[in-house]
Amino acid sequence: MTIRFNDETFRDDYSYHNSPEAIRRFPFPFDKDDYMYSVNMEPHGTGGRAGSVFEKRFDVDEHYVAEMRDRAITLASDPLRCQSLPHMELAGWDLLELIMQCKAEDYPELFQLHRDGDRWHWVNRPLGIEQRFTFLDPTTLPCGPMEYITRQAQGDFAVLDQRENNLWMDAGMVTSQADWSLDFDIGMNFFEWHAPVPKAAEMGIFQRALKFLLAIPQGSPSRRLNWTMTVNPRLDTSPENYHLWGPEKRTITPENVGAKQYLRVELQSFWRLPRSNALAFPIRCYLIALQDLVTVPKWARRLHRVIRDLPDELAEYKGFTVNRQIITDYLAQFDDGKPTSPGIFADD
Amino acid sequence: MRATEFSPSIPSRPVYGGLRPHGALPSLMLAEGAGGEALAELAKADPPVMRHAQLFYVPSGAPAGPDLAARLRGLGPASYVEGPSWAALRPRFVRALADAHMGTRLYLAGSEGLIGQAMAEALAAGLPLEAIDAEHRGDIARRMQCVHCKGITENVTTDPFICAHCGLNLFVRDHYSRRIGAFQGVCVDAETPGIVPEPQEIKP
Repeated sequence: MTIRFNDETFRDDYSYHNSPEAIRRFPFPFDKDDYMYSVNMEPHGTGGRAGSVFEKRFDVDEHYVAEMRDRAITLASDPLRCQSLPHMELAGWDLLELIMQCKAEDYPELFQLHRDGDRWHWVNRPLGIEQRFTFLDPTTLPCGPMEYITRQAQGDFAVLDQRENNLWMDAGMVTSQADWSLDFDIGMNFFEWHAPVPKAAEMGIFQRALKFLLAIPQGSPSRRLNWTMTVNPRLDTSPENYHLWGPEKRTITPENVGAKQYLRVELQSFWRLPRSNALAFPIRCYLIALQDLVTVPKWARRLHRVIRDLPDELAEYKGFTVNRQIITDYLAQFDDGKPTSPGIFADD
Repeated sequence: MRATEFSPSIPSRPVYGGLRPHGALPSLMLAEGAGGEALAELAKADPPVMRHAQLFYVPSGAPAGPDLAARLRGLGPASYVEGPSWAALRPRFVRALADAHMGTRLYLAGSEGLIGQAMAEALAAGLPLEAIDAEHRGDIARRMQCVHCKGITENVTTDPFICAHCGLNLFVRDHYSRRIGAFQGVCVDAETPGIVPEPQEIKP
């Protein structure tokens, strides 16, 4: 398999685009015609549906190189997007090992990892990186282990310490977040960092989700999908820069909504790390313009019904109330009222 | 003046359980203004507590009346350190935290800003959260961190307010960071620059 990496941007001129193949494999997050919060966990790992974003453990797609470039731009202007409390260094090495090993096994033509005891040799062909280092010796890498590997892996990463029957947001690399601040939330426990989410707490969602996550064993990762709406294919929808990207949210018109309004899907996965017993929490972001999404009739029908019928406070929390009517009107023209098949995949 | 009663809020917002007697354990006490009354009440409820207490007091903003500082001193703490402001008193308080032995309790009373900052220092020094009692007294001004420029604005009493550092108009999110000891302020007119709601007094 060869991947052609797009030359594209996630800011300024927004040249980000999905190829027809990328559209077909987009992780559409709705398995039925309505949506409410749920602890929608399923097993993750090798052996996912061929060609889908679930096939490999850490999906690498045509946006890889451009996404890593965008991350570097964000970090250069705000180093606080990557933080690790002092006790999380070992978890950083765990994460580095996990990602290097998975990428080397799943994409041998792109990544290679050679190990001779604790002397490791890492080759990342798409980014043109070759690094020899000593595992667990931070002086042999140009930066901390978590920062090093997450500058080479798509998606945000939270690394959660586990103690006192809770999970603690004690390290992370967060440059493509849906409006939450690592710098503010670092050091918080599971309930604290979810505090601003409406409704879910009273539904008992967090209690159940935490119970599930605390029990995740080594070698049995899980995943779930989450979603929101973003105007323009912008990765850095951070609260830090909200005053810079906020005005773009008000530029949606009936004429441009198909091109400028994106469905933003997070593929969240959860991995127990072997040495630290921390939980790695990658949050991989996929973006698709509505005009591309509606090329799959099933998705067009279903997204219309979901957005139309969504409870107001969820639309408010996800931040698209202001554009909801225009989005619904646009999608309505692709909804002929026919039934949709179960499941998320385009062809089922 | 009674302890402030807060309206129900989101789970990241601290809940101040009040100062409860824990008996004759070594302790650090820190109060500001009206918070001194809470320490005086604690001493009344639990007389042995004072003999083992290092008391730190910032009289600023104390309600008029008999000199609260003199009363606190008169309760006979093991030591008494006074400062004109939290910022001035902080280095001595931090030193006491560093010198504290295992099992030391911490009592905090005063504004949310003082409690938050002192608690952040205590947690950073390794005190467990369970060893800390806090009681809110005095005004309900909030300590806010601007999520954009990261600057802290003290004594915020309206929502929205203007960031003292970058000048953005920020709304007050209930979201609270114990590590920073502050609530989160987020640009209120990010999507519609210049359209800022009329500031309202913050409610408890």
